[in-house]
Amino acid sequence: MSVNDLFKQELKVVNLGLKSFYSDLRTQGVTTVHVNWKPKAGGKKNMLNLLNKLNKIK
Amino acid sequence: MTLQTSVKRNAYYDSVTLMLLSRELQKLEGVEDLLVGMGTDLNIDLARGLGLATSDFDTLTANDLFIAAKINEEIVSMQAIEEAVNDYLNKSAESDSDEDYQPTSLDSALQFMPGANMVLVSVPGQYAAAEVEDALDAGLHVMLFSNNVPVEDELRLKQKAVEKGLLMMGPDCGTAIINGVPLCFANAVRRGKIGVVGASGTGTQEVTVQIHRLGEGLSQVIGTGGRDLKDQIGGLMMIQSFEALIADPGTDVIVLISKPPDPSVAEKIYRIAKNNPKPVVIDFIGGNKGAIEAAGAIPCISLEDAAQKAVKVLRGQAFEDFKGFSLPEAQIDRIVEKEVAKLKSDQTELRALFTGGTLADEAMKLLGEHYNIYSNIPLSPEMAIENLPAGRGNICLDLGEDEFTRGRPHPMIDPQTRTEFFKSHVDGHTAVILVDVVLGFGSHNDPAGAVADSVREIHQQLSSQGKDIVVISSVCGTDLDRQDLTKSVATLEVEGIIVMPSNAQAVRLTDRVMQRMMKGV
Repeated sequence: MSVNDLFKQELKVVNLGLKSFYSDLRTQGVTTVHVNWKPKAGGKKNMLNLLNKLNKIK
Repeated sequence: MTLQTSVKRNAYYDSVTLMLLSRELQKLEGVEDLLVGMGTDLNIDLARGLGLATSDFDTLTANDLFIAAKINEEIVSMQAIEEAVNDYLNKSAESDSDEDYQPTSLDSALQFMPGANMVLVSVPGQYAAAEVEDALDAGLHVMLFSNNVPVEDELRLKQKAVEKGLLMMGPDCGTAIINGVPLCFANAVRRGKIGVVGASGTGTQEVTVQIHRLGEGLSQVIGTGGRDLKDQIGGLMMIQSFEALIADPGTDVIVLISKPPDPSVAEKIYRIAKNNPKPVVIDFIGGNKGAIEAAGAIPCISLEDAAQKAVKVLRGQAFEDFKGFSLPEAQIDRIVEKEVAKLKSDQTELRALFTGGTLADEAMKLLGEHYNIYSNIPLSPEMAIENLPAGRGNICLDLGEDEFTRGRPHPMIDPQTRTEFFKSHVDGHTAVILVDVVLGFGSHNDPAGAVADSVREIHQQLSSQGKDIVVISSVCGTDLDRQDLTKSVATLEVEGIIVMPSNAQAVRLTDRVMQRMMKGV
């Protein structure tokens, strides 16, 4: 979807990270979902690199 | 005092929640120092730097929550602190309603909410690029708030976004308003016909606020992140967004805001400006006026000037540089005389304490050439704050810069950093305090109240020395912001703070007061 197509649509937001941004959107009645995010692979660099490589193979 | 630590495995909370929690618990009696955080490399370094790390930290992962505290056990126990942490985090979780289903990944979020078109990413910088890549691959536009994202990742992600015709706003993008929806730090403004692309957060906020106050509104406000117009990125997102606004039937006038771009990037932007039918207003804060005019665009002398020109162009009215004040000159003169009369002869110094980075930049550009001002964003290397002689001299600080926000929230979210600078940097030699107050989504609930509290304390402290002080502020906010512009202005004025209608006018008034001071009685 191009930027100009986005301008014609209702904004629907996925929030990853600071929850306050999600709360602000909800307060405004924006369609939004907050992801209960945490670092993949416990945030360990080696494991993350491996995971990314595996994902690319998929 | 003893150092105690406690670790909760596999319990992830966001950094702002934990920084605010740390600050609350630091106030507890018996706590000398305390840090609650996730076990990221950054936080572990911070804990080590503060002398708060133990051998427990060797096995921490980024998904482990740690509490480290130096406490007087006769007054407070570690168990009590752990309970306080749990209470705070439980309350924070309870504030979500039952209907707030929280998927655990972007993939599941997209299944849960079909038709999602924007992903807002504010996870720690080292994990952000992977999430953004997934979002772009799924054909979604992205606003990337996180900082500490490597420039190589930014380039790769923006190239991918441009290839797919998507927005990739950021990294370190603080503000945007897409289809009337404010994202991250943005003010509540009416919709209208002016579109803004901004590479600097509070600069963009100030322009949108001024446009709203002048009675017009915004079609789209697109943030690009501060590095976008540098050589390495080549203005990829500024250009993509600029072209989108040119093609947007809802946008009649386009405003571009940035610090001066790399010349090669500026050239590309001027070329597009020259060949487009819509009026383009450009504030490259301190940028090249001649080159902007040669491109057929309208150069500006301040953020407020950019807003005024955009509104006048939209209305088909004539315009010129706005160099003065909204109030009549005679009234400004009276204010200056009255304020300077408050000061004693040994009060000579400026303390400009900003929470908004671009507002601080604008102040430095407007004042820094006339006065010696020491700063963490100095106009020349010799004026770096480290070179301040024995603490004496004019100071202007951007308190949102990394050196002041390590392990603590940005001062727009939590005014505590500035409150501390009021205490440590204002004394009987200070003549003028200049501040910004930034309202809107993302910002603190009552930033004006925090400034007013500090100024009240300073007045009390100085009155014991038979002294007074000049305090000048502007409020970047609108009547629609939840903090309420009118209430915020009143809160400041009750403490004798002069509230000017824009950052540029607050800076100009500061200049007038300082000039009058130097002239003497």
